[in-house]
Amino acid sequence: MKPDLTSEFLGIHSPNPFWLASAPPTDRAINVDRAFQAGWGGVVWKTLGIDPPVVNVNGPRYGFWQGDNHRVQGFSNIELISDRPIAINLKEIAEIKKRWPDRAMVVSVMFPLEDAIWAEWLPLIEATGADGIELNLGCPHGMSERGMGSAMGQAPELVEAVTRLAKQHTRLPVIVKLTPNVTDITWSAAAAYAGGADAVSLINTINSIVGVDLDQMAPLPTVDGRGTHGGYCGPAVKPIALNMVAEIARNPQFGHLPISGIGGITHWRDAAEFMALGATNVQVCTAVMLYGFRIIDELTEGLQTWMQEKNYSRLGDFTGQAITNVVDWNLLNLNYVSKANIDEGRCIGCGRCHIACEDTSHQAIGRVVDSGRYRVRAEDCVGCNLCLAVCPVDDCIRMEQMTSGTDPRTGLEIASEAANWNQHPNNPLNHIAARSGIGKEE
Amino acid sequence: MITEIILDSDLLETKFRPLETSLSADAVLVESERCYYCYDAPCVAACPTDIDIPGFIRALAIGQPSRAADRILQANPLGASCSRVCPVETLCEQACVRQHENGGPVPIGQLQKFAMKKLSTRNDLSSNSRISGAGTKVAVVGAGPAGMTAATLLAQAGFTVDVFESQAVPGGLNESGIAAYKMLDDAAQWEASRVLSHPGIHLHTGMALGKKLFLSQLCEDYAGVLLALGLQGQQKMQIPGEELQGVFSAVPYIARMRRQEPVPVGQRVVVIGGGMTAIDIAVQVRLLGAEEVHICYRRGPEAMGASLHEQMLAKEQGVFIHHYLRPVSIAGRDGTCERICLQPTQVLNDQLQDVGDPLTWSVDQVFVAIGQQLQATRWASDIPELAVNLRGKIQVDGEARTSLEGVWAAGDCASMSEDLTVHAVADAKVAVASMMATLAKAARKTA
Repeated sequence: MKPDLTSEFLGIHSPNPFWLASAPPTDRAINVDRAFQAGWGGVVWKTLGIDPPVVNVNGPRYGFWQGDNHRVQGFSNIELISDRPIAINLKEIAEIKKRWPDRAMVVSVMFPLEDAIWAEWLPLIEATGADGIELNLGCPHGMSERGMGSAMGQAPELVEAVTRLAKQHTRLPVIVKLTPNVTDITWSAAAAYAGGADAVSLINTINSIVGVDLDQMAPLPTVDGRGTHGGYCGPAVKPIALNMVAEIARNPQFGHLPISGIGGITHWRDAAEFMALGATNVQVCTAVMLYGFRIIDELTEGLQTWMQEKNYSRLGDFTGQAITNVVDWNLLNLNYVSKANIDEGRCIGCGRCHIACEDTSHQAIGRVVDSGRYRVRAEDCVGCNLCLAVCPVDDCIRMEQMTSGTDPRTGLEIASEAANWNQHPNNPLNHIAARSGIGKEE
Repeated sequence: MITEIILDSDLLETKFRPLETSLSADAVLVESERCYYCYDAPCVAACPTDIDIPGFIRALAIGQPSRAADRILQANPLGASCSRVCPVETLCEQACVRQHENGGPVPIGQLQKFAMKKLSTRNDLSSNSRISGAGTKVAVVGAGPAGMTAATLLAQAGFTVDVFESQAVPGGLNESGIAAYKMLDDAAQWEASRVLSHPGIHLHTGMALGKKLFLSQLCEDYAGVLLALGLQGQQKMQIPGEELQGVFSAVPYIARMRRQEPVPVGQRVVVIGGGMTAIDIAVQVRLLGAEEVHICYRRGPEAMGASLHEQMLAKEQGVFIHHYLRPVSIAGRDGTCERICLQPTQVLNDQLQDVGDPLTWSVDQVFVAIGQQLQATRWASDIPELAVNLRGKIQVDGEARTSLEGVWAAGDCASMSEDLTVHAVADAKVAVASMMATLAKAARKTA
């Protein structure tokens, strides 16, 4: 039987865990209708604000960083929240929800911190039949200058206050969308939790200048010779998002808060990684902007194929499974020893690993004179992984664990038991503890 | 039937342009990003002139093709013509670590060609030069690939260089001996005039050694002399009928064609030889209207001087390549060739042997492309001490020094390697390095 992709988030059901994030793809009924036809599990409607609507620039809204073969790695935007009257949005939301009752419909909002406004509009949103509210506390440009968006999200006391305000005026579940433009994401999550949030979603976009037009001497995207900081997203931000999701998921106070994972998700594997770190579902934006709604097929079928291979029958089988393996550095096993090993049959002799190791690591890779291939000297290899990063050939270099014998680099025997920094003789805290008798058992 | 043809720009565009392969700017980005930027890269080791291939490709990938061109020129002043005529599939591209991967090697030759076309027009040949030469006068005889390279390097080092060229225009075989379809857009002249425009270089055309110019005099007038005069004589088949009308040496014929002089093109053409020149002449006459063109080579495909790529190109153009056939005689009527007699051969224990009965084909044109020779007696009679080796080339040591003090030789007139432009450039680099070291030592002694 095929693995079950049906998803439940705060009691909101969707046929799969893939929602479209609040962004240009969810701006209007025509887009959302196409998305649902393509098979998306849900949407978070483009953020609503109070009338009069905001005004967008009429020049370029997007800037981008392209990697090999013109593939966009990082994407930046200076678009604002919905630039249409709120009433039109509400009408379309109601129509779409009616047409697609099995799909998740969450409405993103960004209102000033005034009770009357929330009291007026949240019931009207509820009346559309929407399933939930998402608070946009993250938008880093345009709105933040008006005291909203990330201006709220960067101040924990405001996060708490706005969450509380929203909760007072709606029975719908409230998801607080967090901005990554903070020093510690757990402060924001703690504030949302304290304000009564039902869930958090993260990350919103990152403050960025995606590039500089060196002819115009202005940031990209450039509007009439000037630019402004934009919100960065796309594959480049995924590592930042994964870390922030994990930091929240492994927090003992509020780690149980449901998380909707966002940040550069392009392929099914990205989604699986977010979910392994504790996200219940995921939201996608940049990838559909670059490739269209059709990628939902790759996401669902890809995830299902992998689940089948791993014998996972439902999403809950793997959700959060990686959380306990995310630890602080001082809990890593310092007795674990691995060495790089180059498969000389696969090596093409490009020398990339050699020069990387020779110039910037531990001079552990040399050329084999006769073959022109490269070989690792275990006595110099610290197992750093740099050679894997630069090798252009699949499966040519592998990190291999030493399980017995002596590490030829240190001359130390491979220990069978784990030991971390807290137990290490070089740790100054251990000396203090030993001297003062702290931690000694009676 | 013989047709007189002038290879004008219309014919070049309609007949030869379609053979040109080049990458679009977009494709250059994609292909240059395929380069792994190898360390101690095998492609560089395979390039006789040591072009920093990963370095110039990296400049292309970041969108600076003219910097890529500069990088190429640092190692090889003739980077443009080399990108057009190098058999890259047996040199850099064969060594590419992606050779056996999907998509094959990085198309280094095409990338180099693209970069060289984007060379900025500013003449920076004199920039950041070391002034070791300090005005010392040196002579370079011959303005072909080896001579142009040497003149450039010497001028960049501050020498005053007099270049003597027997023809009316510089370029050597690049100008006269290579198929026109490889040098479209006047590429050879463009390169020659750019290279020779260095203020330290003075070009004297129409100056053939042994006629207006004498080696003994050059030795007296200049601190150093580099002979880069190529090969002037055409190798003969030494068979009956070679003198008949319709029998041509390939190189002078190509030269006439390149000069847009009228040349005759036959209908049934036989080309004798197995090198690049044989392919060049065969493809050209085929494109210009010859009905049948047969290349006959006395040994097997592996022994051919023409690369596999060149052989493929010829076959794609409908040229027939016959191996193990050697010419025996040419017969004619009224002084014009009509038939060629060819003897099948085989190679046994490395020895070429005749096997079976000779064939007779009717032909109206025969091209001889079996190489060129030095003919030193014609131009070096004033200095009989100049040693010539058994292969009929100027004898040089590992530093390109001849038997005469103060005289170096490079390029086809001395080279023992394949007669490729890129080898001529590499030889010239060796000769110039030796010349500069010798002259510097001499300068220290007198100081």
